[in-house]
Amino acid sequence: MLAQQLLNGLFSGAVYALFALGFTLMFGVLGVINLTYGFYFSTGAFVALYATQYLHMPIFVALPFAAVVTGLIAIVIDDLLLGPLRRAKAPELSSLMVTLGATLLLYSLMTAWFTTDIRRFPPAVFNGGAFEIEGLRITLSQILIVVTVAIIVGGLAFLLQRTKLGLAIRALAENGDTAQLMGVNAGGIVRLVSFISGALGGAAGVLIGLNYNAIQPYMGEMMMLKGFAVIILGGLGDIRGAVLAGLILGILETLTAGYFASSMKDAVGFLLLVLTLWLRPVGLFGRVVAKRA
Amino acid sequence: MMHALENFLFTYQSLIYALGVNSLLALSMYVVLAVGQLSLGQAAFMGVGAYSSALLTVKFGVPFPGALVVAAAAPSLLAFVIGAPTLRLSGVYLAIATIGLGEVLRIFFLNWDYAGGALGLNGIPEQAGFIWIFGALAIALTGLVAICRSRVGRAMEAIRADEAAAGVMGVNLPAYKLAALVVSAAIAGVAGAFNAHVSSFIGPNEYGFDAVVTILSFALLGGIGSPFGPVLGALVLTALPEVLRPLHDYRLVINGFIIVCVVIYLPGGLLPWRIGRIGARK
Repeated sequence: MLAQQLLNGLFSGAVYALFALGFTLMFGVLGVINLTYGFYFSTGAFVALYATQYLHMPIFVALPFAAVVTGLIAIVIDDLLLGPLRRAKAPELSSLMVTLGATLLLYSLMTAWFTTDIRRFPPAVFNGGAFEIEGLRITLSQILIVVTVAIIVGGLAFLLQRTKLGLAIRALAENGDTAQLMGVNAGGIVRLVSFISGALGGAAGVLIGLNYNAIQPYMGEMMMLKGFAVIILGGLGDIRGAVLAGLILGILETLTAGYFASSMKDAVGFLLLVLTLWLRPVGLFGRVVAKRA
Repeated sequence: MMHALENFLFTYQSLIYALGVNSLLALSMYVVLAVGQLSLGQAAFMGVGAYSSALLTVKFGVPFPGALVVAAAAPSLLAFVIGAPTLRLSGVYLAIATIGLGEVLRIFFLNWDYAGGALGLNGIPEQAGFIWIFGALAIALTGLVAICRSRVGRAMEAIRADEAAAGVMGVNLPAYKLAALVVSAAIAGVAGAFNAHVSSFIGPNEYGFDAVVTILSFALLGGIGSPFGPVLGALVLTALPEVLRPLHDYRLVINGFIIVCVVIYLPGGLLPWRIGRIGARK
């Protein structure tokens, strides 16, 4: 029983980690909290749904397809909303407010279009297969989650730590002006990071949509609340922290649902967030960022 | 003449009350924005105020003025718990910490059977009339204008313009920000109590994400140069869907659109002017 709970917690934690990774990457490099990020999560799920339903793609194709489409949408949204603010060097809060307004706008439009009905993947995509290893039940969608998350996290770590492009991204995150003086193409990197983050958010949406087989426009909003808890616990902009904190939240949630009350499951993230802010505001691996005038 | 006025008040009663309550909410958002912070907990603070005064009057028979005091105090306490650790950090932390507050509160009230659970609370005495709502609005507005003209107001504006510089000049940053958040929570709580005591019903789903973004759109449309800006924004955005009926279905889309456009193209809002200072040199 406990082992099964822990296992299920790890699977949902892996998706939280994936989701938070894009979020924290965006903050780390672009220096803004982009609240439309939850919308990418919903978008990814809907694109995958339509790709499997009308284009009859198998899920292995639909998942990367949805990620790429969401990534492209993320570039456009970032350009439209945050581009003007970046050029005007507007204060930090402006970007928060503009993306907040856009979130309401996008969700309302999405709800008007798709309604709030819960949609499901066609049965052929999601045959709900499962098998047992030593009494532990593992579903096929959970295996898809682990494989996808492992590939993406590994690929991202390789990109950031081992390639020249990754060096440019890290340089831009450290200090934008200096990086530009060193010949880093800031506009290009901003677009690339928007694309990667959007794709990560979209992929997470597909995986959660598959795991619970329920897709609905506002699914991204709930996920954002978990995302906030994860990036605060992990430390804002900290990639290692985001992965670990995602797993921690997933496990704590399943344990709460299993041993306490399933209705309180969605409140765990918030409690974790407030506790972190009181006890250790810099997050798990704590890197204090000095604020310069 | 009196008769015509009474008729008018009766016909448009709910709209007039909404104008007052929304103006108070816009002012509560203004107080935090005035120190350069963004709190997304205003709807939750409103909910705490509404529930505490409704529970006190319905279940314990506490008179309305007494319930109103608790409706101001309870959300202030919550604001302190959230604000004290976050306001020492950079500006994004308060927004992140408060954005989930509404959702957590919804889960809490939904599962709290004593407070009606999913059905909400019914039969709240309708005791908050015109005098209460607009009296409170007048007091809040006068108080905030007086603060704007004082030393405290100047310190708040300095924080908004350049936090680091204000800190160097000796402004106690965490104290000012925390005080602003606590006061704003109290105003939102009172507005929530008024709302509960004019509509006689409250439910757990009224204080979520949509509500707080709407409150923010009031303040941003009006502009935060002076306390009059947010009130103007609240009046316009509350009356507009009533005047232009077809807009009603797209209320949320419009509120979102207004925030996006105002932040990018009209950062000062409709009323960007500041209030003159006492002793300011000409």
